[in-house]
Amino acid sequence: MNPQIRRVFLVLAALFVALVGMTSYWLWKAPDLEARRGNPTLVVRQVTIERGRIYSSDGRTLLAANRRRRVQGRTWYLRRYPAKELVAQTIGYSTLSRSRSGLEESLNDFLTGSNSDLHTVLRRTLDRLEGLTQRGNDVVTTIDARAQQVAMDALAEKCGAAVALEPATGRVLVIASQPSFDPNLVERHFRRAASAPGAPCRPAAPLLDRATQGLYIPGSTFKVVTAAAALDSGAFTPSSEFVDKGYCIEYGKKVTNFADQSGPEVFGRVDFATALQHSINSVFCQVGQRLGPLVVLEYAKRFGFYSKPPLETPAGERAASGLYDRGRLLFPSDPNAVDPGRLAFGQERLLVTPLQMAMVAAAVANGGLLMKPTLLDRIVAPDGTIVTQQAPEVLGRAVQPETAAELTAMMRRVVESGTGTVAQISGVPVAGKTGTAETGRRGENDTWFIAFAPADAPRFAVAVALQDQAGTGAQTAAPIARAILQTLLGGKP
Amino acid sequence: MSLRNRELLNLLAVGLITAIGFASVYIARESVVSAASLAYGVFFLALYLAAHAVVRMALPHADPYLLPLAGLLAAIGVTMIYRIEPDRALRQGIWIVVGLALFAGALLFLRDHRILDRYTYTLGLAAVGLLALPALPGIGATINGASLWVRLGPVAFQPGELAKILLVVFLAGYLRDNRELLARALPSAKHFGPLLLVWGAALLVLVETHDLGGALLYFSVFLAMLYVATGRWLHVAGGLGLFSLGAWGLYHVVPRVGERFSVWLDPWADPTGAGYQLVQSLYAISSGGLFGSGLGRGVLVAPGGSTYIPFLETDFIYSAIAQELGLAGAVAVVLLYVLFVWRGFRIALLADDGFSKLLAAGLSAAFGIQAFIIVGGVTGLIPLTGITLPFVSYGGSSVVANFLLVGLLLMISDRVNRDSR
Repeated sequence: MNPQIRRVFLVLAALFVALVGMTSYWLWKAPDLEARRGNPTLVVRQVTIERGRIYSSDGRTLLAANRRRRVQGRTWYLRRYPAKELVAQTIGYSTLSRSRSGLEESLNDFLTGSNSDLHTVLRRTLDRLEGLTQRGNDVVTTIDARAQQVAMDALAEKCGAAVALEPATGRVLVIASQPSFDPNLVERHFRRAASAPGAPCRPAAPLLDRATQGLYIPGSTFKVVTAAAALDSGAFTPSSEFVDKGYCIEYGKKVTNFADQSGPEVFGRVDFATALQHSINSVFCQVGQRLGPLVVLEYAKRFGFYSKPPLETPAGERAASGLYDRGRLLFPSDPNAVDPGRLAFGQERLLVTPLQMAMVAAAVANGGLLMKPTLLDRIVAPDGTIVTQQAPEVLGRAVQPETAAELTAMMRRVVESGTGTVAQISGVPVAGKTGTAETGRRGENDTWFIAFAPADAPRFAVAVALQDQAGTGAQTAAPIARAILQTLLGGKP
Repeated sequence: MSLRNRELLNLLAVGLITAIGFASVYIARESVVSAASLAYGVFFLALYLAAHAVVRMALPHADPYLLPLAGLLAAIGVTMIYRIEPDRALRQGIWIVVGLALFAGALLFLRDHRILDRYTYTLGLAAVGLLALPALPGIGATINGASLWVRLGPVAFQPGELAKILLVVFLAGYLRDNRELLARALPSAKHFGPLLLVWGAALLVLVETHDLGGALLYFSVFLAMLYVATGRWLHVAGGLGLFSLGAWGLYHVVPRVGERFSVWLDPWADPTGAGYQLVQSLYAISSGGLFGSGLGRGVLVAPGGSTYIPFLETDFIYSAIAQELGLAGAVAVVLLYVLFVWRGFRIALLADDGFSKLLAAGLSAAFGIQAFIIVGGVTGLIPLTGITLPFVSYGGSSVVANFLLVGLLLMISDRVNRDSR
């Protein structure tokens, strides 16, 4: 029987070699397995790193910090969000049970100190050799906590968003979205975090960043883009004359001006500046027809439409603005595919984000130069050295400086004696534009106000959008924009 | 050096390794070295030394490596269990004491394994009876979908572990008696009959209790011993054919088998449901790297105290070892099994009577195949079936039965070495 015994042993030995081979195979596959969700080793590796904190621009308001917990002889760093709802969607969350979102996701490498710049790599290696806890880098954002709070309070119990930018640098000072949520609840009470029972809109979607993802019909605020195209292309000047009959014929159908109880307004003989001042649809309808939709859309592109605004949040949390056809972004090649008149005053199938309209206001305020919007001030290593200091970046020129100056003058008239008088701030000239977009459902308008101030030397640009409003942009959105601007300018709202 | 002194030296090394293992778990947990952790090492050393004294007295010529190998595997197991769930380590320790006590009893009172040869058929029937016990109402208990346990008061045990040894004894006796007749190309039903009867009954019971790992183990051991006895590949091939047919049938009839099979083919098809255990096991193995995270420093236990892999300390203990001791530790454990099997087969080679040869080969094969089935299962090499990793997994019946298995091998080797002297 001995030969058989030897052979059985060899078979068994071969099987054991296969076991070693299989175990080694999974080691070799480790990089692939590590990236998979549900791998607790990855999660635990992340929570044993002391994650960097996230601050407001003055470094005084903590937007994200850690609480320590001893688990099985090690310290786990679990996230806490002292500012709660304040900037919830943009900062996002980092939890054990769910994946990450917001800046917590997109800046994860910096926050965990696994970014690959030389200083961080060196420090991390030394820490590991010494057996120290790996520490991440702190992030200082551009968010102005005081103005952000004012914006959140003003938006409370509404559905909408507000964005404020520094025109010269693109710094995002306010990025507010309501309804909001408490990121501290995401780990254990996700359902509660994801439902906002008091919100006056359906779906309430508090996790949605309406400032960057909320797509609203721009309505008359888009007239700023149309006017930019009209003036910059040389086809019109602020004093170009029009006759307003109270409507405009498009494809044989009447498109009327904004109507109050007494019926559509009729202005008669007006110039272009007056048309913006009173937001006269029929004039913009004529302008759109003269320019053609492709010219208007080309200028929209220059302001950043048709691409996701390059903010630091994850790409999946930002939406591009433009014409949408059945949920898909549409840039027509055939001018007849688009209604030029309705496009010119911001209806058609236009959908825009509050961030995009803030960028329009900021570009006009900045002499026509569009800056890259940014949430990042600086990234600081635990020892205090600065890993990254964000410098202003130019995205492109939207319009010539002269056009921007003309637009500014026209937008000043809107606030001085036009549709946007609500936004006046004593002692500070404000340039702005209202918007009241019909969604097709009564009492559910998308209302807007975009503005910048001081109009003669702009420091702040703002866009406010509200959904499901019965009133106009001037009645609903303009007071919020005014409060934000006033806070930023240093006054009391 | 005499055989026994060699054994003693090996056991001292095992005691030292145990102490180091416990100390490192303790350090990882509490950041201090404690006398309590060292006490474990001392305790096990004392235990092994007592067993060694019994071997020295009863079987002075027995193989000097089997007991240290078993002791080391048990120590690795209890260290891992201590790391995962300290309370269970104490219970496992108690079971090791019971196992060694029965081992000593068997050595002192049985002394010669050939006595078993007289009771071949009785033991075969006893094995089937033991296997059927969990299916009895009242005392049977079902855990994780398999009814393998018998509950008597506070103690639950798996009679299948003991039945494994008894079946090997039965097979050794039966195959020795009938090997010439069975070696024919087409053995008559008269000679194959009783064999198939006992075997069919055993497999039927296993399928009834959903012990797939057990069924696979017993069938493989049967084929291995049949081959050793007859030298006929054709029998093995026929057996494998029958097995594949049976597996194919089970795959279609028993949903549990079908599920295990599809999880094996694609663990990530349902990583949070059916595939959860295997996927988590693979994560654990892959994250270990070459040298592992270190004892007590791996990611095994969630903040709530539950383990990420269910049944971590029983079925999936190899995954825990691979994570915390790395590939090096996992290969070392596999190597210990290879060494154990090698010593066992060496005894079979040297034995001079058919019963002893078949018994030693069968017991060694059963030991090795059992380790292969569970390690192959948790690494995704073969479909996963729940079965213990001999000596290492948490579980009293397994520890006790395997110490008895070591005792039998030592008895055979004592006789072999004494005769050759």
